[in-house]
Amino acid sequence: MSIFQADSLSINFGGIKAVDGVSFDVEQGEVFTIIGPNGAGKTTIFNLVSRIYEPTGGKLVFNGTDITNVPPHRIAALGIARTFQNIELFEHATLLQNLLLARHAHKRSGFFSELLFLPSVRRMELEHREAVEKVIEFLDLQQYRDSFIVNLPYGVRKVTELARALCTDPKLLLLDEPSSGLNVEETDDMAFWIQDIRDLLGITVLMVEHDMSLVSAVSDRVMALNYGRPITTGTPGEVQSHPEVVRAYLGG
Amino acid sequence: MRFVFKTSYAQDIQIFRDRVDASWYGLLGLVVIALPFLMSEYYVGETTWVFIYALCGLSLMVLVGYTGLVSLGHAAFLGIGAYAHAFFLKNGIPWIPSVVLAVLITTASGIIVGLPALRMTGIYLAIATLAFSVIIQEVFSRWEYVTHGFAGMPVDKPVILGVSFADDRAFYYLCLFFLVLALWLTRNLLRSPTGRAWVAIRDSEIAAQSMGVNLAIYKSIAFAYSAALMGLAGALFAHKIAYLAPDIFTILLSIQFLLLVIVGGLGSLHGAVFGAIFVALLPPVIAILRDSIPASMADAAQATGIGIIGMLGDAVGNFLKKPGVEAGIFGLILVLVILLEPLGMYGRWIKIRVFFSTFPMYKRATFKRQRTYMRSERLR
Repeated sequence: MSIFQADSLSINFGGIKAVDGVSFDVEQGEVFTIIGPNGAGKTTIFNLVSRIYEPTGGKLVFNGTDITNVPPHRIAALGIARTFQNIELFEHATLLQNLLLARHAHKRSGFFSELLFLPSVRRMELEHREAVEKVIEFLDLQQYRDSFIVNLPYGVRKVTELARALCTDPKLLLLDEPSSGLNVEETDDMAFWIQDIRDLLGITVLMVEHDMSLVSAVSDRVMALNYGRPITTGTPGEVQSHPEVVRAYLGG
Repeated sequence: MRFVFKTSYAQDIQIFRDRVDASWYGLLGLVVIALPFLMSEYYVGETTWVFIYALCGLSLMVLVGYTGLVSLGHAAFLGIGAYAHAFFLKNGIPWIPSVVLAVLITTASGIIVGLPALRMTGIYLAIATLAFSVIIQEVFSRWEYVTHGFAGMPVDKPVILGVSFADDRAFYYLCLFFLVLALWLTRNLLRSPTGRAWVAIRDSEIAAQSMGVNLAIYKSIAFAYSAALMGLAGALFAHKIAYLAPDIFTILLSIQFLLLVIVGGLGSLHGAVFGAIFVALLPPVIAILRDSIPASMADAAQATGIGIIGMLGDAVGNFLKKPGVEAGIFGLILVLVILLEPLGMYGRWIKIRVFFSTFPMYKRATFKRQRTYMRSERLR
C-alpha cells in the first residue's frame, strides 16, 4: 500500500517550471530516492511536500488524506518530518532543546498551565524527554546532549538534524541530501542509520541524494528527475544505466 | 571544578541546577530582603528602580532575546500600563483589580501591535513598533479626559487591601515580590514547550514551522506576554514616579530598554537583571561623579599646588552637567559592549565563573567560536 502519493505536482516560479507534472508513489516501509542534476527540482519537491511552497497544480496524498491545503505547521503532527539541505538547527540552543522542540507536534498543554508549570506539564516534559532519549541512544548522541549547536562539528549537526526529525515520531521521513558535507566514514554510518530507520523503526524514507554509492546501498526505488520532469523510476541499478539519466548527468 | 551528576530526567527541568546553586540564590534572596535595613532611604528608592527596570528588561528579553523580534516601542506599553492603572485608581477601583485591568489592556494592545510582526522581521518590525510608540505618545498628550495631557497626572501611593505601601521600604518589597513572580513565571514558560518554540522561531523559522510550531500563534503569544509584563511594570512605574506626563514615554526610553537587554546579555534571564542594575544605577552614578569629581580635584589642586588639576576637574564637572551627556554615555557603552562583549554582562559573568571554577587550567579559547557559513540558501 502506498503511504504517500504525489499526483502531477507542479510549481512555477515566474516563467520557470521548477517542478512540472511530477507523479510518484512511495510504498509503506521503503526507501524512495529522488536523484537528478543540480536545479532539477528535487529540493523544491521536498518544500512542496512539507507545504513551505504552494503548488501551482497537482495533489499530495498522505496516508489516504489530501494534504495539499494543510498549513505547514500541521504537517509534523500528521507524521511527516524532514531534514534540510543546509542544516537548519536552532543554533543557540542545546542539542537536547533542539530535539525536545521536535516533540512540539505532540504537546497537549495550554499556555496557562505552562506559565505555572503545573504537575501535568512536568509529567509531559518527562514523557517527551524519554522519547528524545530513545533517539539519542539510537543515534549515539549521548556525549553532545548539553552542547550548544554552534559548538558542534558539521558531521554531528547533520546527525542531530536526523535525530530531530526522528523525535517527531514520523511515519514518513524526508531526508534532503543526508550525506552532503560528510566524509566517507560518516556517509557509511548514515547509510546504516537509514537502513535501521527503515527496518527497525519501520519508517518510510523519501530521500534526495547525490552520492550514488549511498543511493545504491539503501534505496529500494529511485526516481531520476531533470528540468522538473521525471525521467524514469526503478531500482537503483536500472535507473543508473538508463540512457536518459546518463545523458542528463554527462550531457551529449 | 564542580560537576553536576544527573540521575533523573527531572533534574534537567528544575528551576535551579542543583542544591549548591539553589543555596546561592537563597543567600542572594536573604541579602536582597535585608538590604532596605542596611541602606539609606535614597538608595532603597534607587534599588526599587532596579526592580522596575528588571521587569521591563524581562519583558523585552522575552521578545528580543528569546523570540528574536526587535521592538522600539516598549515605552508605549509601559505608558499604557501606567496611565491605565492611574486612571482606574483615580476612579475608585481597588488596587488589585486596577493592576489586573491595566495588564489586560496592555496585553490586548500587545496582540494588536504583534499582528504586523507576523509578516515583518528585523528592522521593518522595529520601524513599525517605533511608529506605534509615536502614535501612542500622541494619544497620551491629546486624550486629556484620561491622561490630563501635558498638565500631568498625579498618582497616589499604593494601598492594597487596606495596607498602605506609601513607605519607600514597603514599596521596595512590593516591587521585589512582582519581580520574583515575573521571573518565576517566565522561567516556567522557558522550560516548557512555549519557551522552546520561541527560541526555535528566533533561530530558524522554517525549521520551527516544519516541527509543528505555528509561527503566528507563538509570535503573538510572545508579544502579548511581553506587553503584559510591561503593563505590570507600568503600574509600579506610575507609583514610583508619582506624576505621569506624556514626555516620559518617549523613544529614548524604548532605546534605553533595548540597551538594557543588550548590555545585560541577550537570551538570558540573568541578563535582564544585570542590565537593569546597569541602566538604573548609571544616572545616579553620573550625578555623584558630577559633584564629586570637581570637588576632589579641587582638593588635589590645593594639596599639590598645581592649578591645572582643579581646572581639569571643573571642566569634567561642567561636561557632565551638559544636557544629553547621559544619553551619550549610554550610547558609548552600547557600542563598546557590542564590540567587546556581544553576550553582555551575563556573558562576562559566565567567563569569570568559568575562570575561577577551572582556575589554573583556564583556556581563553574556551569561548572562541568558529565562524560557520552554512546558510547560503535560506528560504526566506
